[in-house]
Amino acid sequence: MEPAIRVNQLSKSYASGFKALQDIDLTIESGEIFALLGPNGAGKTTLISIICGLVNPTQGQVQVAGHDIVTEYRAARSKIGLVPQELTNEAFETVWATVSFSRGLFGCPPDPDHIERVLRSLTLWDKRNNKLITLSGGMKRRVLIAKALAHEPQILFLDEPTAGVDVELRREMWQVVRQLRETGVTVILTTHYIEEAEEMADRIGVIHRGEIVLVEDKHRLMRQLGRKQLSLHLPSPLQRIPPSLNGHQLELTEDGHELIYTYDVADASADECGGIATLLGELRDAGIHFTDLNTRQSSLEDIFVSLVRERQ
Amino acid sequence: MNLYGVRAIYLSEMARTRRTLLQSIVSPVLSTSLYFVVFGTAIGSRIEEIDGVNYGAFIVPGLIMLMLLTQSVSNASFGIFFPKFSGTIYELLSAPVSSFEIVLGYVGAAATKSVMLGLLILATAGFFVPLRIDHPLLMLLFLILTALTFSLLGFIIGIWAENFEKLQLVPLLVITPLTFLGGTFYAIDMLPPLWQTLTLFNPVVYLVSGFRWSFYGVGDVSLAASLVMILIFLGVCLAVVRWIFKSGYKLRP
Repeated sequence: MEPAIRVNQLSKSYASGFKALQDIDLTIESGEIFALLGPNGAGKTTLISIICGLVNPTQGQVQVAGHDIVTEYRAARSKIGLVPQELTNEAFETVWATVSFSRGLFGCPPDPDHIERVLRSLTLWDKRNNKLITLSGGMKRRVLIAKALAHEPQILFLDEPTAGVDVELRREMWQVVRQLRETGVTVILTTHYIEEAEEMADRIGVIHRGEIVLVEDKHRLMRQLGRKQLSLHLPSPLQRIPPSLNGHQLELTEDGHELIYTYDVADASADECGGIATLLGELRDAGIHFTDLNTRQSSLEDIFVSLVRERQ
Repeated sequence: MNLYGVRAIYLSEMARTRRTLLQSIVSPVLSTSLYFVVFGTAIGSRIEEIDGVNYGAFIVPGLIMLMLLTQSVSNASFGIFFPKFSGTIYELLSAPVSSFEIVLGYVGAAATKSVMLGLLILATAGFFVPLRIDHPLLMLLFLILTALTFSLLGFIIGIWAENFEKLQLVPLLVITPLTFLGGTFYAIDMLPPLWQTLTLFNPVVYLVSGFRWSFYGVGDVSLAASLVMILIFLGVCLAVVRWIFKSGYKLRP
């Protein structure tokens, strides 16, 4: 099966000389949810803009469902739906008119049934005759998604889809994205919200200073790069960590009431002294008791920050 | 060809006209009608005939041309400038539509509106001045060609303009003065010899003259010169639009 997107040696330099992208190679498989993460100015929007036809590449090739975006731009673009970052719309058009316009623009014959399905799935049906200027920010964001879905695209780009929306709407949007994936739509999203990528993505791509730093399955990424911490709450403060425990990666909080043990998720027994079970036994032998314990796994955000720091 | 795409752009632009009926249709018809009232009936009755045509009737083609040029430029420039300004241009640029189809949609709609306005003003003029049209088909050809050409010019201005001031710059500072000095209210041979020569460098003279010829069979320059001039202007605009889309000028960085 053709990948949804294949990017080969893609570079972009602007007239000012700024290199936004450098030799990007990326393949996004059909039917997956791919999250592209990166700090501001990393090149996320430039990459999406080139794939969607908004920006001309300086060099390299991009194929959408096997179609070159330059020589077969019609076939390539008709497969794509784009939800931009900014809430842009024709303020005085109705919801129905603007979504129908999008369908026509992408070369599809009028299909009121499909428009109705899209509007209902995004809970916009009751607002179909409302002018866009009268809608809330969240509703406008939904209209942009409806416009992108009007021509039944195989690939949906969501550029910061939940920027500035409240928690409830964000979760609703996630639900919409999952439903789309179930219908076979490939979803590519850029986001600042690591939680969003962690919640939805199958694979994560990290872009930094115009280069792809890594592309990895989300769970594998978290297993490989994620760290776990075990916190032990001590009934009485400890002055220092006993020398017998030096083999473990232990830290003592300033007040001496908490002992923190950090270990790899991928290999909890990697600790040369034998991992958690051994640690607990040695603590007992050293006469150190604890009243409570909890564990915390590093989030995608922690992983992302450490990746970017490594690069800097 | 993406005919649905062209249709979507065209209908969307025409729908905008319906939403702004007062500004798009009523206002230009009313303001041009005021010229007929003032120059056609009030002052015109005291001015002698020009080339055997009643003065009120003589100025009608020029006034229609004045409105046609300004409205064509204004409609087409706003049509493409507004999506740039509001950010909705992203959808146009990411859609499977060719540059020709985009131009066809926007310029087609702008030209349609201008032709409709021209015909409306022509009908309105009939209430105020004694009108006759000797060559109606030629009159329609001039109307359509001029609307199309200046809508293309407007489209170029809309892409070039980065703000509303620039959008108004060419219509107000170039087109309106050239039209007023292009024989709208007078025949060229009424000017001193030097000005007669200088006036021939004004392309609007050829448009007004050709259009007036289709009404009364008289013009400042030959009919062929008028037709050639408008076709040259049309060709130049088409070439510029083609270059804009090929280079991505102010559309695709």
